[in-house]
Amino acid sequence: MTVLAAEPLLTPVYEYPKSLTHVPTHYCPGCTHGVAHRLIAEVIDEMGIRQDTIGVASVGCSVFSYRYFATDFAQAAHGRAPAMATGVKRANPDKIVFTYQGDGDLASIGAAEILHAAVRGENFTVFFLNNAIYGMTGGQMAPTTLAGQKTSSSPDGRDPATTGAPLRMSELLAQVDGAAYVVRRSLHDVVQIRRAKKAIRRALEVQRQGLGFSMVELLSSCPTNWGLEPTAALAFIRDEMVPVFPLGDFKLPAEPAAAAGAAAGTGARA
Amino acid sequence: MSIELLKGNVAFAEAAVRAGCEAYFGYPITPQTEALEHMARRMPELGRVFVQAESEVAAINMVYGAAAAGVRTMTSSSSPGVSLMMEGLSYMAGSEVPAVLVDVMRGGPGLGNIAPAQGDYLQIVKGGGHGDYKMIVLAPANVQEMIDLTVLAFDLADRYRIVTVLLADGSLGQMMEGATLPPLRPLTERPAWALTGARERDTNLVSSIHLDPEELARFNDHLQAKYAEIEANEVRFEEHRLDDARVGVVAFGTAARVAKTAIAAVRDEGVAAGLLRPISLWPYPEAALRALAERVDALLVVEMNAGQMVEDVRRVVEGRVPVRFFGRTGGIMPMPEEIADAIREVADAAGAGAPEAQPQEVNA
Repeated sequence: MTVLAAEPLLTPVYEYPKSLTHVPTHYCPGCTHGVAHRLIAEVIDEMGIRQDTIGVASVGCSVFSYRYFATDFAQAAHGRAPAMATGVKRANPDKIVFTYQGDGDLASIGAAEILHAAVRGENFTVFFLNNAIYGMTGGQMAPTTLAGQKTSSSPDGRDPATTGAPLRMSELLAQVDGAAYVVRRSLHDVVQIRRAKKAIRRALEVQRQGLGFSMVELLSSCPTNWGLEPTAALAFIRDEMVPVFPLGDFKLPAEPAAAAGAAAGTGARA
Repeated sequence: MSIELLKGNVAFAEAAVRAGCEAYFGYPITPQTEALEHMARRMPELGRVFVQAESEVAAINMVYGAAAAGVRTMTSSSSPGVSLMMEGLSYMAGSEVPAVLVDVMRGGPGLGNIAPAQGDYLQIVKGGGHGDYKMIVLAPANVQEMIDLTVLAFDLADRYRIVTVLLADGSLGQMMEGATLPPLRPLTERPAWALTGARERDTNLVSSIHLDPEELARFNDHLQAKYAEIEANEVRFEEHRLDDARVGVVAFGTAARVAKTAIAAVRDEGVAAGLLRPISLWPYPEAALRALAERVDALLVVEMNAGQMVEDVRRVVEGRVPVRFFGRTGGIMPMPEEIADAIREVADAAGAGAPEAQPQEVNA
C-alpha cells in the first residue's frame, strides 16, 4: 500500500473567504451581488481588517447582506445607510466602515444622505451596486433605469420626457470636494471583476489612510427582473449599461508626486 | 454647586455633555437651535462628536449609527423636525438602541409657528412612527428639570436600551432661570452588543428586521415585556396641594407651571384645587391619577394643545368623575386667570366651588 506524503498534495490557491459566513445567500441565480460580496470579503481578508470592520446594510436585495459578511453589521433604514454609517464611523474613527447599497436605495430615497456624506468627506467606503432597477420589490423603475427600459412601473419603457434620464451618481459625487475616491467598475466579465476588486481594495485603503469619502460603483445584473438569462444579463451590462454608465475613475486622491498621473479627474483632498 | 442663570436650551445641552453624551447630531430649527449651537462649541472642545446633519432625517439616523456603536448619543429638534425623525425612531425601537431626543415643541400643525406648544403629545407618547413601540417620555416644567431630566433620560435609555424623549416646549427652551448643573461624568463603557469590530468575540448585529412572523412576534413580546417593566418602575409625577383637593388639575410642563399660579388664586377664594403633574408621560402615572379620581369631585386637564393628554386622563379615569378640558393652541400660553376661570367653572359644576358660589344647603 502506498503511503501518501504528509505534506499537502495541493497548494490551495482559492479558498472560502474568512470574511464571508457560510450562510447560503438568497440572491437569484446569475445575480452579481454574490460576486460583489466575495470581492469585498477577499479584500477584507487580504487587508487583515475583518475584526476592525463594520458594515452597514441597506434596504433592497442587499438588505440581508449582514447575514453573509463575518463582520459587525448594522441594518439601516431605506436610503439612510450613509447617515447611519456617519454615526458608526464618528463613534469608531479607528474602524473600517462600509455601506453596501443598491441604486434605488442610494440614488433615489437616499440621494440626500449619500450626497452629504460625500460633502462632509465622511471617511467611510460605499459599495454601490447599480443594476438599473428595484430588485427586492419586483423590478420597478429606478433613477438609474435606462431610457426605454421596461420595468413593472414603466411598462412601456422608461420615458425620459416624463420620468427623467438615468442618474449617474459617480459623476455627480465626483464633483464634491469631500469625495476622495469615486470610481465605476462592472461585474460583467472576469477582466472587469478583477478590476473591480482592485478598486474595492483601493477604496478601503483610501479610508484606512483617512483621505475621506470613497465609493465604488459596481454595474450589476438582475436577470430575474430584467427577464434575461444570466449570461444575457451580463451581456446587457456590457452592451446597454456601460455606454450609459461609462467605467472609469471619476475622482482619485492626490498622489505623492512620484505616483502622479494615474488617472484623470484628480481632486485634491489633503 | 453654584446656581447659574441658564437658558433652557443651553441647560439641557450642557446637561447632556455632563451626562456623558459622546456624539450629538442635529439640524437647526427654532426654538431649539441654541442647543445645537452650544454643542457645536462644546463637543469638539471635549474631543467628542458634533455633526450638523443635512436634515432631521439624517440626524436621527446618525444617532442610530452612533447608538449602534454603543456611545451615549442624542439629537434635539422642534416639532416639524421631530416629525421627520419618526422613521428613525421606529427603527431604533426595533433594534433596541439607547438614545436621547429632545423635542422643544412649537405651534402646529405644519410649519405652524415658533411659539410654545404641547401639540406633539400624541405623536411622541403614542408612537408617531410605525409599529408597536414606546419611548420613555419625560416632561420638564422648569430649567432645572431640563437639566435633571436630561441626565435621567440618558440613564434610563441605557438601562432599558430605549429611546428616551425630553418633551419640552418653546418657553422652556427659551426662558432663562437659575439652575444648577451636575458635575461632568466619566464616559460610559461600550456595551457588549455594540458595533465596535468583532475582535476576540463573535460578530454583533444591530438590526430591526425579523422576516419570520413567529420570530417578529416573539421580538414584539419581548418589547412589550420590557415596556411593562418600565411601566412598573419608572413612573414619575408631582402632586401639588392635592391633600384636601376637590378639583384636580392635570397638566404637564409649562401648562402645569401656569396652573400652579391659578390654583393658588382659586384657593385664596376657598376652592380646594390641586395639581397632578405627570413628569413621565410614558409611562403615565395611571395609579396616581386613578387614586386622585377616587377622591376629587372633578378633574380639569389643561394643555397647550386642542386636547391630547386629556384622552389618556379619560382612559384612566374611566368615567369615575367628570373630566373637563381647557387648552390654548396656536403657540399661546394660557394665562393664570384663564385657568382659574376654568377651575371655578369645573368646581361650580361639581358642587365644589367657592363657598359664596355654592347653592345654600337646606338645613339638614
